[in-house]
Amino acid sequence: MRVVIAEDLFLLRDGLTRLLEAHGLEVTAAVDNGTDLLAVLTAGPPDVPDVAVVDVRLPPTFTDEGLRAALAARRAVPGLPVLVLSQYVEQLYARELLACGDGGIGYLLKDRVFDSAQFVDAVRRVAAGGTAMDPEVIARLLARNSGDGAISGLSPREREVLALMAEGRSNAAIAQRLFVTERAVAKHTASIFLKLGLQPSDDDNRRVLAVLAFLGR
Amino acid sequence: MSDTAMIPDSQAQRGTPGAMKWGIGGGIIAGSRGLTLAGLMLAGLFLLLVPLMAVFLAAVGAGVVIVGNGAPRDHRIVLGLALLAAGLFVVRFLVPAALLASRRLANLTRRLAGEWSGVEIAVPYQPPPSSSSAKLPFRSRLLWLVSDPATWRDLLWMTVNATAGWAIALLPAVLAGIGLIEFIYPATQPNMGARLGNSRAALLAIGIAFVLAGAASAQWLLRAYFGLARSMLAPTGQAELALRVHHLAQTRSETLDSGAAEIRRIERDLHDGAQARLVAMGMTLGAAEELIDSNPAAARALLAEAREASARALAELRALVRGVHPPVLADRGLADAVRALALDSGLNVDVTAGLPGRPQAPVESAAYFAVSELLANVSKHANARQTWIDVRHERGMLRVDVTDDGHGGADPGRGSGLHGIERRLAAFDGILALNSPPGGPTVATMEIPCALSSPKTSSY
Repeated sequence: MRVVIAEDLFLLRDGLTRLLEAHGLEVTAAVDNGTDLLAVLTAGPPDVPDVAVVDVRLPPTFTDEGLRAALAARRAVPGLPVLVLSQYVEQLYARELLACGDGGIGYLLKDRVFDSAQFVDAVRRVAAGGTAMDPEVIARLLARNSGDGAISGLSPREREVLALMAEGRSNAAIAQRLFVTERAVAKHTASIFLKLGLQPSDDDNRRVLAVLAFLGR
Repeated sequence: MSDTAMIPDSQAQRGTPGAMKWGIGGGIIAGSRGLTLAGLMLAGLFLLLVPLMAVFLAAVGAGVVIVGNGAPRDHRIVLGLALLAAGLFVVRFLVPAALLASRRLANLTRRLAGEWSGVEIAVPYQPPPSSSSAKLPFRSRLLWLVSDPATWRDLLWMTVNATAGWAIALLPAVLAGIGLIEFIYPATQPNMGARLGNSRAALLAIGIAFVLAGAASAQWLLRAYFGLARSMLAPTGQAELALRVHHLAQTRSETLDSGAAEIRRIERDLHDGAQARLVAMGMTLGAAEELIDSNPAAARALLAEAREASARALAELRALVRGVHPPVLADRGLADAVRALALDSGLNVDVTAGLPGRPQAPVESAAYFAVSELLANVSKHANARQTWIDVRHERGMLRVDVTDDGHGGADPGRGSGLHGIERRLAAFDGILALNSPPGGPTVATMEIPCALSSPKTSSY
């Protein structure tokens, strides 16, 4: 799997490269600013990466350069998988990343890199067109929706499943996390979709996007 | 629903202040206002007499003691000292009260000038040396009043008012009175005497002309009266500068104080939070290092603990930075930062923001934290279903309205939050206006004078 990394701090860029390579991913480019990132991502075949791991704050402006470059790259190459890393997670930015409605989007706190297995799993998921939303984003989305009648009608267990699903995890991963069978998770998922009035779907990714769209209304 | 429809336009509700109403009705109103002003003049005259009386008593007392003749010397001294004592009594107990009352009277005139004739007169007084004038000891109170040139200008106005001003204010009523009493009334009497060749028509015509002249001149004379008042009651250029200096000194010291307090808070947060966690992490890592050969399982547990601690330290630093300089504000500017606040607030917020550029960073930051505080108030107290935020820049002002459809009744006097916003904005000559009638809606409007920098051009 071919990965592009954009991170301006040398130590972190180096660390990320080594971490991903240790898990068998190929880092084809590691850039340190937004302009280079956009150039690498939109270079076209044969250099199209499977996924880009991008820091939000990059030179030259040291503002949300990375985020804007990632959004621009996705406009140029629709569906290009991008995992955005940041010291802060902002609902506003999560919204902008999800606005196109496709998958292949990740938005995680930089701390999540500490747990390398989980992090690499998120990179693979995004590369495969899935979603990886930081638990903090989801927690705030849920808090924002806590007054909603449909959400408050969920059982505590269903809310746990909803949060994990919104982060972008598959039924199998949720089952593993909650120490239950996949069948039990499937039952919870069906009940959640019924209570929220959403169209049920067997496709993991479409389900995640439906849930995120519901929470982000 | 658009938010502008929700906001009661206070100007429109009050009607345009000072608009002239034409016709006989307007003339009658203006004439009766002139009568009211003449009444105020009498009150002013009375207040003016108090300091004059003090001076008179003291002067006569001193005069009797020194040059009085005829009466026996002892009587002279007793009488003179008694008069002097009476003068001092008046100064001690009546003069400050009279001066303060004359300020109220002058302020009433200033307010009426704005409401009746649209003549805006600013209040010129120097603020008292300490917070409340009532608690000041007698001497500094008298000094404060006497050393303010505005006090003397007030007294000057009362003198002028008792002569010229009074005549201007009363003239319309007098004209109408002459018309009614001297001409129209006699014209209706059967025995009207030998006037103007006994022609009732001529009498009536002259009478009506007088009344009309009174009514027609009333508006203009009222305006002229307030114009005269402004020349004495408005702050002089020097007084305006003095007030400005006072305001700047006060806001500067408040800004410095709050800046210092903020730095102390940040230092404390770092010391108790991230710094302490890093120390603990270092110790945990050291322990893990020692155990790594003898007890790898325990070492692994310690390493996991150290990782947890680093995540917590990061979370604390994040929260700290968010309170100092919010990332979205730094990245995108006020409009998007307010949108991010709205998303995070958990309220139903409609944000309308149109800024063609960015205000200076400190202004942006003050406005941001003010909106944050106002939103927190809405979610704590208002019980609102919908909130609207409008951010715009017009006539050299950054204007932010926060409107909610909650139950209203917010009191700016209560709660340190609103006061904190006012202080924060005051450093930029900004103001916060709160309109929150019981039953709602609540409209908080802030205005900060500022220029916008040209928008940052994005390469994407």
